[in-house]
Amino acid sequence: MTYIAKPRVEYPGLTRNALGLSRRDYEGALSTLCAGCGHDSVTAAIVQACWEMALPPHRMVKLSGIGCSSKTPAYFVSQAHGINTVHGRMPSVATGAAAANRHLSYLGVSGDGDSLSIGLGQFCHAMRRNVRMLYIIENNGVYGLTKGQFSASADIGSKAKKGEVNLQPPIDPVLTALAAGATFVARSFSGDKAQLVPLIKAALSHEGFALIDVLSPCVTFNDHEDSTKSYAYSRQFYHPAVHTDFIPPADEIRARYDEGEQMEVELHDGSHIALRKVESDYDPTDRDAAYVKIRQRILAGEWLTGLLYVHTGRQDMHALNQTVHEPLATLPFETLCPGAAALDRTLDRYR
Amino acid sequence: MPGKNAPERVNDFTLKLANVNGTGSASANGLLMKSFFRMGIPVSGKNYFPSNIQGLPTWYEIRVCHEGHRARSGRVDLAVAMNAQTYARDLAEVSPGGYLLYDSTWPRSHVLAREDVTVLGVPFAQMCNEAFDGVRTRILMKNMVYVGTLAALLDIDMAVIEQLAKDNFGKKPGLVEANMKAIRLGWDYAREHLECPLPFRAAPMQATGGMVMMDGNTTAGLGCVYAGATVGAWYPITPSTSLMDAYRSFSARFRADPDTRERRYCVLQAEDELAAIGMVLGASWAGARAFTPTSGPGISLMSEFIGYGYFTEIPAVIFDVQRVGPSTGLPTRTQQGDITLAAYASHGDTRHPVLFPADPTECFEMAVQAFDLAERLQTPVFVLSDLDIGMNDWMCRAPQWDDAYRPDRGKVLSAAELERVEKFRRYADPDGDGIPWRSLPGVHPKGAYFTRGSGHNEAAGYTEDAGDYERLMERLKRKFATAARLVPTPVLHRADKKASLGLISIGSCDDAVREARDRLRREGVRSDYLRIRAFPFNDEVQSFLDEHERIFVIEQNRDGQLRSLLVNECSVDGRRLESILHYDGLPMAAAPLVAAVRERLSKGAAA
Repeated sequence: MTYIAKPRVEYPGLTRNALGLSRRDYEGALSTLCAGCGHDSVTAAIVQACWEMALPPHRMVKLSGIGCSSKTPAYFVSQAHGINTVHGRMPSVATGAAAANRHLSYLGVSGDGDSLSIGLGQFCHAMRRNVRMLYIIENNGVYGLTKGQFSASADIGSKAKKGEVNLQPPIDPVLTALAAGATFVARSFSGDKAQLVPLIKAALSHEGFALIDVLSPCVTFNDHEDSTKSYAYSRQFYHPAVHTDFIPPADEIRARYDEGEQMEVELHDGSHIALRKVESDYDPTDRDAAYVKIRQRILAGEWLTGLLYVHTGRQDMHALNQTVHEPLATLPFETLCPGAAALDRTLDRYR
Repeated sequence: MPGKNAPERVNDFTLKLANVNGTGSASANGLLMKSFFRMGIPVSGKNYFPSNIQGLPTWYEIRVCHEGHRARSGRVDLAVAMNAQTYARDLAEVSPGGYLLYDSTWPRSHVLAREDVTVLGVPFAQMCNEAFDGVRTRILMKNMVYVGTLAALLDIDMAVIEQLAKDNFGKKPGLVEANMKAIRLGWDYAREHLECPLPFRAAPMQATGGMVMMDGNTTAGLGCVYAGATVGAWYPITPSTSLMDAYRSFSARFRADPDTRERRYCVLQAEDELAAIGMVLGASWAGARAFTPTSGPGISLMSEFIGYGYFTEIPAVIFDVQRVGPSTGLPTRTQQGDITLAAYASHGDTRHPVLFPADPTECFEMAVQAFDLAERLQTPVFVLSDLDIGMNDWMCRAPQWDDAYRPDRGKVLSAAELERVEKFRRYADPDGDGIPWRSLPGVHPKGAYFTRGSGHNEAAGYTEDAGDYERLMERLKRKFATAARLVPTPVLHRADKKASLGLISIGSCDDAVREARDRLRREGVRSDYLRIRAFPFNDEVQSFLDEHERIFVIEQNRDGQLRSLLVNECSVDGRRLESILHYDGLPMAAAPLVAAVRERLSKGAAA
């Protein structure tokens, strides 16, 4: 209902962050998604995380492809530039924008339809390049905007609303990300804001490609009894492997868990992620072990959640390309054009 | 010996060298061509190579022409038949009275002989086997031996050749010595056993001042560096690949910090063309000058994003180095088959500015203009080159640079300007030229807006409103009219007296058209010639159409795409425009064009 202007409600008691901004400053236009859509909860988590981190709104870039999930960047941080690209091709636009200006925070929102079918190639290659961005997949197993066809993440045996049974195996974005070299791989559930907010904060601080696959039920086309991506199913078979706390650079590390269960990962901006292993034998820094564990749980019909894999040592796209620290977009022309004398010398070998 | 009594011809002949690809012939042939150039003689070279790395036939044609014509001559005065597989065909192609030079290590029978061609044998392989060790060296040096033989037969200055060998292999003195040894072997043999020089030969001139020998992909890549482009995204495809190679190597030279090696550029090899154009749009949207080089198949893949760039008004520069289509077509042959594709790429009502360079010098100039136009107009702009311009070395004016040049970044609001704006309206038209103002991410909160390929109003909000949509489309049309005033104007060559016959052509046809027009003039056929350099068509194009009773539109494709575009976009009776087409994949020659014009004129006006 974009023709209905969203009322901006300010009151004296609003809590403000380090920039003096309230949560309202991180909101966007009124959502036009169906009432109860999981995506709106993800939007709320993004608003909360960005506000808590006190990110300057105009230094953020919001990107998306096509589909219900891809509409959501209009619903948060209205003072950030946003770009709604073509179907499945958000990763390439993000890559180009990040190449041009490395100093902005890039937050992409996609869906299972957008990322796992037409966009599978670009999704994998953005991870391979280690483009510094947060990439959220709002995963509901269904094409909502075209009214209920299976997506590539639909599980074998899950039923569409009209009764059709999916017979093809799913593509799991988390396993795909581990295989493609992603350096931050998480899974969460739109209904678990407590888990999602710290994950988003950690992902935005990660120097490299960070994937959060969020199970985000479609209330209209995929919330029925025979769906494996419904609210009921997700809640029942939802299994946190690792609990994540995000500790900003300035804060003293206070969160303490039982010895042996706690694990700290320092990010490049000086912040920390404190990981508390719910499953004692889970190691989120071991890609191979993580892969096996996640796959075993999928076969058992369970969603392992939390920050499932993290690796802070790999060079991001800019480091690999040895680009200068200043954004390429703002380099003065004088530092880019070699000039007439250099041209004359260059042409000598062609004379 | 039919050549014997022929009148002597100085600096007017064509050589065709038949080789096997992957044997090192390209550098020998390049050296040969450059030696004429260094002697001050106008020369041009065309490489006919297969889509293959090793073992298939390849030809290199060198035209030496004191008049300065660079198109193919359509003749073969001397064939150098180094490929046994194609010997019969190479011999058949020699023009009557011409010569054929071959490797007589394996003598040819009389069966294939032609009465009107003089066959010269030199035992190249045998000489190399005796003089050099190692199989690979012997194969490579055979090329240099024939260069020496040709130097003797054609009176090429050996001092020039030696200097070129030093320029080419200067970093490895041993190589210079070995190559010169091979060249002298061939030279000595020819002086001893063959009658030198031939009735056609080279003689020093002073006609190459201010010129360079370069290919258009190299100049275009250099142009991108000079224009200040910082992001290049691409997917390798013949014949455009060397454009990014050039950009990368010039950037490494000029834009890498000597101490830290930090780069003021970023080259992204994309996973496909769909991603390459996405990266370009992303980078341009974020404020960098960004480009992608590709060829026809790449444009087909990029088309969805090109329409997105048109509708969301994001600059992009796309180099289409055309090859022969449709489909995979002939990847290593030349054509102008993407004219309508570039002009109208993508679904819905879309139109894009297209620049048509005619030689490598213009590739450099138009690369820079393309960035200025793309940012001024906030839209994707094409530079439509082709394989002939992009990959062949052309004798052309040395690109010039004016240090006073500053890029036209178009209507971009600064932080200070945004601060003063009451409400930023991304898609409004305050100046009436159809071009809105844009803001870049990260500059100011008031500049934030949501870019979308779906329907949008002046404030960039989502809309399906009929009026909003129509206003947007009308503004984009207005912007295209502005583009027609900004793109390069055509080049008009007028006849000495008023001519009712007009010739219109484009891009790499130019040399053949100008040569044909010269010949026709000598035959008494007067014509005006307009070389179109850009789409949308400027007023000059309409005037030319109005002024001429009969117009031949000359281009390199089957369907007369330029003619269609003229009929579609200008006000003209299509019956007055007649196509003269050439589309076999080889660069155009003047002779068939002269013949085609003559034939049309003899038949009278078109129906």
